[in-house]
Amino acid sequence: MEVTISTAELLTTDGIPLKQSLRKAERRNKLRAFLLVFPLLLFIFVTFVMPIGDMLLRSVDDSQINSVFPNTFDEYKNWDKGADELPPEEVYKSLFFELANGDKRQIGKALTRMNYAKSGWKSLIKKTTREIKKIVKKGEEPVSYKDTFININKLWADPTYWYSFNQMVKDRSSIYYWNALDRTFDEEGDVVLQDEKRRMYIKTWLRTFKVSVYVTIFCLILGFPVAHLLANLPLRYSNLLMIFVLLPFWTSLLVRTTAWIVMLQQNGVINGILVWLGVISDDGRIQMVYNEVGTLIAMTQILLPFMILPLYSVMRVIPKSHMRAAQNLGAKPVTAFLRVYLPQTIPGISAGGLLVFVLAIGYFITPELVGGKDGKLIGSWIAYHLKTTLNWGLCAALGAILLGIMLIFYWLYNKIVGIDNIKLG
Amino acid sequence: MALPSYASPVQRTYYYFYLFFCTVVFFFLIAPLFAIIPISFSVSPFMVFTEGMLAWPPDPEAWSIRWYRNMIGDCSADVVSSTVPCSTKWMKGTVNSFYIGIIATVIATALGTLAALGLSRPHMPYKGLIMAILISPMIVPLIITAAGMFFFYARINLVYTFTGVILAHVALATPFVVITVTATLVGFDMNMVKAAQSLGAKPMRTFFKVIMPLILPGIISGALFAFITSFDEVVIVMFMASIDQLTIPKQMWAGIRQEISPVILCMATCLVLLSIFLLTTVEVLRRRSEKLRGIKAR
Repeated sequence: MEVTISTAELLTTDGIPLKQSLRKAERRNKLRAFLLVFPLLLFIFVTFVMPIGDMLLRSVDDSQINSVFPNTFDEYKNWDKGADELPPEEVYKSLFFELANGDKRQIGKALTRMNYAKSGWKSLIKKTTREIKKIVKKGEEPVSYKDTFININKLWADPTYWYSFNQMVKDRSSIYYWNALDRTFDEEGDVVLQDEKRRMYIKTWLRTFKVSVYVTIFCLILGFPVAHLLANLPLRYSNLLMIFVLLPFWTSLLVRTTAWIVMLQQNGVINGILVWLGVISDDGRIQMVYNEVGTLIAMTQILLPFMILPLYSVMRVIPKSHMRAAQNLGAKPVTAFLRVYLPQTIPGISAGGLLVFVLAIGYFITPELVGGKDGKLIGSWIAYHLKTTLNWGLCAALGAILLGIMLIFYWLYNKIVGIDNIKLG
Repeated sequence: MALPSYASPVQRTYYYFYLFFCTVVFFFLIAPLFAIIPISFSVSPFMVFTEGMLAWPPDPEAWSIRWYRNMIGDCSADVVSSTVPCSTKWMKGTVNSFYIGIIATVIATALGTLAALGLSRPHMPYKGLIMAILISPMIVPLIITAAGMFFFYARINLVYTFTGVILAHVALATPFVVITVTATLVGFDMNMVKAAQSLGAKPMRTFFKVIMPLILPGIISGALFAFITSFDEVVIVMFMASIDQLTIPKQMWAGIRQEISPVILCMATCLVLLSIFLLTTVEVLRRRSEKLRGIKAR
């Protein structure tokens, strides 16, 4: 019998090539799966991704001032700084009219921005505007606008004020990022350190890192033995003890922070016990809260479950026989632990460590409440500029830097653990 | 876990030290939460153990429920104290917290469950990327989220409104629903869906009659996570809520910041009880879900 191999394409009953039909079905399935995800994706995009994007744009945005003094800035660009000591007459003239006719609120906003560039701008412009309005009211037309300005205030003959315009003439500016790192622009537009008394961000960034590293280390030291115990106990005991780990996890952050204030304050529980035990005298009570110590203690307790849970899930699957086998082969318990057990827990240590570290650098509530003056982290500055000084550019820049750091660490986390392996409870 | 009978004295010492250390850590984790409960029943307006409370036999004069009465807005003469303001703010906060929390939970659960169903399909394109976007609200620090949302929502006039706060809370809560429901769907036997459909069930009927009952424990756990996320959230409400949207956390924040009032501890006690209740529920649901999916406990 002769076997014939058909070279014709396989067809479905409708006469469509099978390949094509399958591909179509596949596409339909993909579309269906995507349609299920789409509502949430759209929602998250509008309510979350766009606000974050908006914040990033705001951190480099410098267009407001350009909309207030457009002509002045245009004329300013024509000023040849090498030839003339002061800007040409046209700059003074456009500034005269833009101050006289500008919207008061918009000018106010612009002044705040100008003050970031050089302090003194605000009061200078305010005084000048008052005088200019008087001149306009009288209906006089000044012969020389330049002289009028200098007559109003001698500072208008000081070129350093004019030089500071340089950093504002563009729509985009990196000034807020430099500010967030204690830097600013000098008259030539070069990046220089801020004045001694205005340098506070680098210090806070460093403290944020220091506190986060300490908290991570403390969590590891406290969490490792506990995770080991939980992983090796029979399930009915470990489930019971797990409540001790999960309950703080489920309790409001504010409740836990309040609890620590109650525990640590000067006439609080811990000081009370120490006095009662006679360890310290009644007037030698230790200051443990409203400083860095308070931040460290409270944050360690609050973040400890995030260390224990990943460690536990890794340790639970390490066979107990490994340690026994190592000791059987002559390893001392310490050697067996260091060479056999510990290396197998590395995934858990890195997962928990990264998670705790990343959560710690973005922490705000706890340091703000128990940190006092010297225990605050970078989050407090973001809140301060958002709510109190309204320097939103700087607020956005600080947030953007923090976000960048977080993303690097999450990228690492994803490489090591995989972001969709996050489990709860 | 017990020590073998042949353990050397050194090993024995290590072992007991290890147990002692773990006990201390457990104590460290849990003690602060329970220390506040007795203090909330103190008669004193300061958040401390008074001498009367520690005396033996107990001094009934030192204990009272006056701060609880203050919390529910009862400002009778024997309740008020010169240092502790009495108002209906706590009750207003409670009502608002439940209102915002429940609406946010319903929306978050619906959106999150749908998305989890899509993500668990084998045909999902760009799964990793989409998952990363969907859970990003959980990852980004709250203070950054709050700043971004404040700028953005201010442009569209949503700050200081219930809508704004609820939208923000839904965004924060959905990752928890997505993660919990996706975890429940792992090991879900897709053949059951095929069986239902081959028997003539339409997609909606398949979902409500076959898929839903099986993943219900996961959905409820996710909803509880979503609820507690919104209920405990303080950073967003600090910036996006006015006094009209006062919630429990916002009022607690004000309480710690301005007047260190013992009423905070009463509310904290209630919240600890609430979290014990939620934790138990989620734990029971988790076991039930494992049973339903045929996963045996170790």
